[in-house]
Amino acid sequence: MATPAPAQTLDLSARFPGVLSPDTRPGYSGWILDNSNLLVFATALRDELGYDYLSSVTAVDYLPEGKMEVVYHVYKTTGGAGVVFKIQVPRADPIEVSSLVSIYPGAEFQEREAWDLFGIKFTGHPDLRRILMWEGFAGHPMRKDWHEPYFEEEAKPLKSRWPEGKMIMAESKNLYGDNIAYPAGFNPESQIFDPEKALYAALRTYQKDEVGLDTDHIIVNLGPQHPSTHGVFRVAVVLDGEKIVNLKPVMGYLHRNHEKIGERNTFIMNMPYTDRLDYLSSMSNNFGYALAVEKLMNVKPTERAEYIRVMMAEMTRIANHLMAIGALLNDLGAYFTPMLYALEERELLLDIFEAVSGSRMMCNYFRFGGVARDLPEGTLQKIKGLFFERLPRKIEEIDRFLSENEIIRSRGIGQGVLTAEDAIKYSASGPLLRASGIPYDVRRAEPYSIYDRFEFDVVVRTNGDIYDRLMVRFDEIRQSIRIVQQAVKQLPDGPVMALKPMYQVRVPPGEAYGRVEGPKGELGFYVISNGKPTPWRYHVRAPSFINLTAFGPICIGQKVADVVAVLGSIDIVLGEVDR
Amino acid sequence: MESNELNSPENEIPPELQAQVAITSLDKIYNWGRSASVWPLMFGLACCAIEMICAAASRFDIARFGMEIMRPSPRQSDLMIISGTVTKKMIPIIVRLYNQMPEPKYVLAMGACASGGGPFKEGYNVVSGVDKFIPVDVYVPGCPPTPQALLNGLIKIQEKIKCEPIKTARWYQKGPDMAEIPVPMLGPDLIDPRKIPLIQNGKKN
Repeated sequence: MATPAPAQTLDLSARFPGVLSPDTRPGYSGWILDNSNLLVFATALRDELGYDYLSSVTAVDYLPEGKMEVVYHVYKTTGGAGVVFKIQVPRADPIEVSSLVSIYPGAEFQEREAWDLFGIKFTGHPDLRRILMWEGFAGHPMRKDWHEPYFEEEAKPLKSRWPEGKMIMAESKNLYGDNIAYPAGFNPESQIFDPEKALYAALRTYQKDEVGLDTDHIIVNLGPQHPSTHGVFRVAVVLDGEKIVNLKPVMGYLHRNHEKIGERNTFIMNMPYTDRLDYLSSMSNNFGYALAVEKLMNVKPTERAEYIRVMMAEMTRIANHLMAIGALLNDLGAYFTPMLYALEERELLLDIFEAVSGSRMMCNYFRFGGVARDLPEGTLQKIKGLFFERLPRKIEEIDRFLSENEIIRSRGIGQGVLTAEDAIKYSASGPLLRASGIPYDVRRAEPYSIYDRFEFDVVVRTNGDIYDRLMVRFDEIRQSIRIVQQAVKQLPDGPVMALKPMYQVRVPPGEAYGRVEGPKGELGFYVISNGKPTPWRYHVRAPSFINLTAFGPICIGQKVADVVAVLGSIDIVLGEVDR
Repeated sequence: MESNELNSPENEIPPELQAQVAITSLDKIYNWGRSASVWPLMFGLACCAIEMICAAASRFDIARFGMEIMRPSPRQSDLMIISGTVTKKMIPIIVRLYNQMPEPKYVLAMGACASGGGPFKEGYNVVSGVDKFIPVDVYVPGCPPTPQALLNGLIKIQEKIKCEPIKTARWYQKGPDMAEIPVPMLGPDLIDPRKIPLIQNGKKN
């Protein structure tokens, strides 16, 4: 999907002579350009060719070649294939690349992540601080020569434990008997500093209102332990009375090193880890990762598996949106009652997940080339009962209870508005983007799997406020029910695995970017293989994380009580934000 | 609880009064009350928090055990359910929350990550189990534990509470309160104040 179509290939090199050179490494695609041309190229790409949506920015550390690469994926919000371009810089500090924030503001958090994890300085970035780790952490952990305290070997399975099957506590190999390591010469008593300093300095950089009375501004922290931040998320706001004048989300409190662990794991070992990204929608995470690796392996899943995958992904979307609706209502003050209605239906969907995969939440159901096992006996009957009778009725019921409610309407309509231009600018995706009036859905914009066979509408609402984001979720549930109904009717017989089951897959060298329309937005997996059993680079384009780029701009100017409602309407899951 | 369950076995109560009267010890009735009104801290870390919410919802309903009142403030809660991966960035806050809870307090480590790091143990930002910092009463295995498993863990907490005599329970004794756990600091890596001598010595090696 990331591969540019041939016609565009010709266009690009003719349009930018001498600037672009095609990426000729086997299995790679896209364009390589020089850092000095980046801003000019990106501006032309956005303004003249219409690639207005920056999907993903990430870095790759090519340690053996001695270079760092920054990879950009851009798309058109009108649909179609995207453009991949890369900047290569020598791997010697300071590594500097021009920041794209002035052209694509959606790059802000992603560039901060690349700085945090790879140590690439983006010149011209307005607020280049660490984002997942804390300020003052030693080193840039995603670099290939940076080793974690429990490091044993570059790749699993670890020789110390396999094949003999020995049990070894990782603690026993560490100097301090714990998951810690310090730089040489570090003295904890004399070298203490405050990791919060940079955050508060960044918070104070805002335009002061010169008109009116001179008022004191105060800084308020919400979280990380706060009942309405959906986990361990923290928001630091500067308030002028009740009004928000500046806001910075602080994350990383659940940063559990998904990508670093993923690069030590073998390809198949990563499947259960993807479940734990967005833990409310594990099936669609599986889907994205399976698509990316299947693209590398050039495998096509069987027909029956495709249908089962689509069914499971859509059920996940319903389960996730139910949870999102319940949580938003919690945040608006309807404490737990709407949540109970939503969870009742979600439990029924979880029953189906448990039947097919063995686990309620962490399904680990997809495999490269199909799904782990066929639907057990009676499950199809259960799905039919749920999707043809119960769910359509129940969704209308919940909708009837909520959407005409006076409090929801007055808290939602016209509040927390994200305009269409801003939504594209900040790389928002999923319900957040569609509630702002952009009918962009990866299932239609660049159909993957068998979505082109189903009849469904891309849900869109035009006001971009909290209420519309809620309504978009209801509409999407209805569309997902439609898709599952069609899939159940068309479900063919046959095997569910195209390959024979194996412990290790052989993945040819190359890169692949697999993206799916997850319940939260565009979920992308950028995987690079160098022919070994473990991926060289494994990056997740997490929709919750990137949707948060728009969070600050939405909230500035609003009242402090609306922060919680806006956050609820964006619908984040911290497992995915922090990874 | 049935009244005959509350009754101490050595006391004979006439059959016609058994439904109304129970003769019991102070310990027993006090702990019975305490165990049936454990207020958990409303505090979710990761995936396990979702199963905790499911346990609070209609199908599993922890209200049956008197535990449905989740308090967002540590000052009002008795039980801390560590529901998810504990990261180095988060542990200072968890320790502070634990220090703020009044005695008697209990900690339940829910799931593999909270118990020992779980699938993310090798990660550079992951604490290998919350018991490296705060004392844990009950460990619930699973990734994530099902709501039934969590309920089982909560019943274990209740059993533990029922075995704590007032006379010997630490928090009713004279003397200083339990010492606060020193809050870890964030430096080049996580710094446990209790390990500072070790870090300084380790450096010399």
